[in-house]
Amino acid sequence: MKGNEALAEAAIRAGCRFFFGYPITPQTELAAYMAKRMPKEGGVYLQAESEIAAINMVYGASAAGKRAMTSSSSPGISLKGEGISYMAGADLPGVIINVQRGGPGLGGIQPSQSDYFQATRATGHGDFHLIVLAPSTVQEMTDYVFRAFDLADEYRTPVMILADGMLGQMMEPVVLPEPKTEFPAKPWAVTGHKGQRTHNIVNSLHLKPERLEETNVERYQRYDRIKATEQLAEEYRVEDAEIVVVAFGASSRIVRSAVNKAREKGIKAGLIRPITLWPFPADAISAATDRAKAILTVEMNMGQMVDDVRLVVCGRVPVEFFGRAGGIIPTPAETLAVIERIAASLEGGAR
Amino acid sequence: MSKIVFERPHSLTDAQFSYCPGCTHGIVHRLVAETMDELGIEGTTVGVAPVGCSVLAYEFFGCDMVQAAHGRAPAVATALKRALPENVVFAYQGDGDLASIGMAETVHAATRGEKITIIFINNAIYGMTGGQLAPTSLPDQVTQTSPYGRDVNEAGFPIRVVEMLSTLDGVALAQRVTVDTPKNVRAAKRAIKKAFEYQVEGVGYTIIEVVSTCPTNWGLSPVDALQWLRDNMLPYYPPGVYKDVKADGFANVAEAAAARALELAGGGEV
Repeated sequence: MKGNEALAEAAIRAGCRFFFGYPITPQTELAAYMAKRMPKEGGVYLQAESEIAAINMVYGASAAGKRAMTSSSSPGISLKGEGISYMAGADLPGVIINVQRGGPGLGGIQPSQSDYFQATRATGHGDFHLIVLAPSTVQEMTDYVFRAFDLADEYRTPVMILADGMLGQMMEPVVLPEPKTEFPAKPWAVTGHKGQRTHNIVNSLHLKPERLEETNVERYQRYDRIKATEQLAEEYRVEDAEIVVVAFGASSRIVRSAVNKAREKGIKAGLIRPITLWPFPADAISAATDRAKAILTVEMNMGQMVDDVRLVVCGRVPVEFFGRAGGIIPTPAETLAVIERIAASLEGGAR
Repeated sequence: MSKIVFERPHSLTDAQFSYCPGCTHGIVHRLVAETMDELGIEGTTVGVAPVGCSVLAYEFFGCDMVQAAHGRAPAVATALKRALPENVVFAYQGDGDLASIGMAETVHAATRGEKITIIFINNAIYGMTGGQLAPTSLPDQVTQTSPYGRDVNEAGFPIRVVEMLSTLDGVALAQRVTVDTPKNVRAAKRAIKKAFEYQVEGVGYTIIEVVSTCPTNWGLSPVDALQWLRDNMLPYYPPGVYKDVKADGFANVAEAAAARALELAGGGEV
């Protein structure tokens, strides 16, 4: 299946019955698949008038206690920022898909990872985070979106899948999950009180500063729990690695080839692939840093995740960055060349 | 024995209103609450509060409530109604919220024929932020951001919302009312109740515009504000029914739209 379609099917199997979209390349197949499938599942596919409306529809459906999703690509995600902030402020679950393309502005339509900052730092205004999952295969597009709905409900937070045009468009064999049949209760949802309880209010406004601070503190306590329990990273040949390459999503696929080629040349290279971009897998990277002589971060942008890597490494070893931007995917050969250059400089230092 | 002849509607909580003296929000809140009481729908209604003076509506209405981002109430209400088709969903919005920042959401919810009810408070000014030019501020109206009066050559013309929306096929009921006199309050109540009834019957999108006052930001006493409304607002925004598909003899917006298409195509008499 195509990555975009596999993701859409997995969302339906996760119990998502409300999808609100707006056309934008390169995520169009996802919305088209939803338009075809949702009516057959008794669900709602609604093409909104804008990305802004679409995310606010997710807000509404989620307030009603339903599993809801929207998808877009980079410029559209900027428009959704407002609604995502309101969802975070109102503690509403929901899933947002970003099939990234190059930016800034209208940018291009080729794959990119240049929304890392936006996804992990500042998707919208105010103190909040999203849980951000970064798939690197079509199978992971499927698995992570299925997991995303559970995480969203468990922690009452929006969750983002940060994919890119390459993963969305590529075709790979995929095993689809069994449809989910049991869902958590949502006593906070607005469903009509039927005269049996006081009215529920879904809201992010708190005019008393002390109360607003309380809600922020409580949310950050939840974030601490997420950081302690939900960090995920894949480690590949890092046990004895002297050069640890950190890469996520599509670029991790290129790095994996480059690491294998480096090993053939006798260079002890390994890969750490962050799966959760937030919470950032600091523990795995910190442990690998203890054994490494250098860290290299490879991204399809001008250098964003490398900031998080540097915070974890904290000056213990050199951290280098290699990236291509504008929708250009780095090649294994040019990535290998960077690894070789670092290896040579390490040897030079040892002599 | 004393007999209770007037009391707070059950669908209003006992939270104290945050509105200025003489503001008509309180009257309209009461009319919406009375409607919920009379139709017995408080327990199945979900309301959407806007951004603006009536942002705290979620504290005042006894039904379940959602607070929406500025202008996005129709999008939020759309999803609530799609998710809860058996429930009643209304959004309560002011002129800046509905006709400026949220105009796209307003027009598209209307044209989709979402089975929701919009209560639209038009007082020709942004109240909450201290009296700035609104999309419905009148020509030559002095506001904080039109200190020399609204110059239509610079700031353009006010929007007549229900007239505009009445051109859309998804709209079942578009009516403008006001609440300056007891007689008009009763007429407004009938209009609001009709809108909710149409929603329950599944006729289509309904909107009631209430021409309202803002004594504080107009710089007038409550009584003078009502007179200013009569002298200036009502001539520009005449009360009336601008679209009513049931009064036109149709069961719902789909039937009305089909007949209109036929009429425009010259294919038959309507």
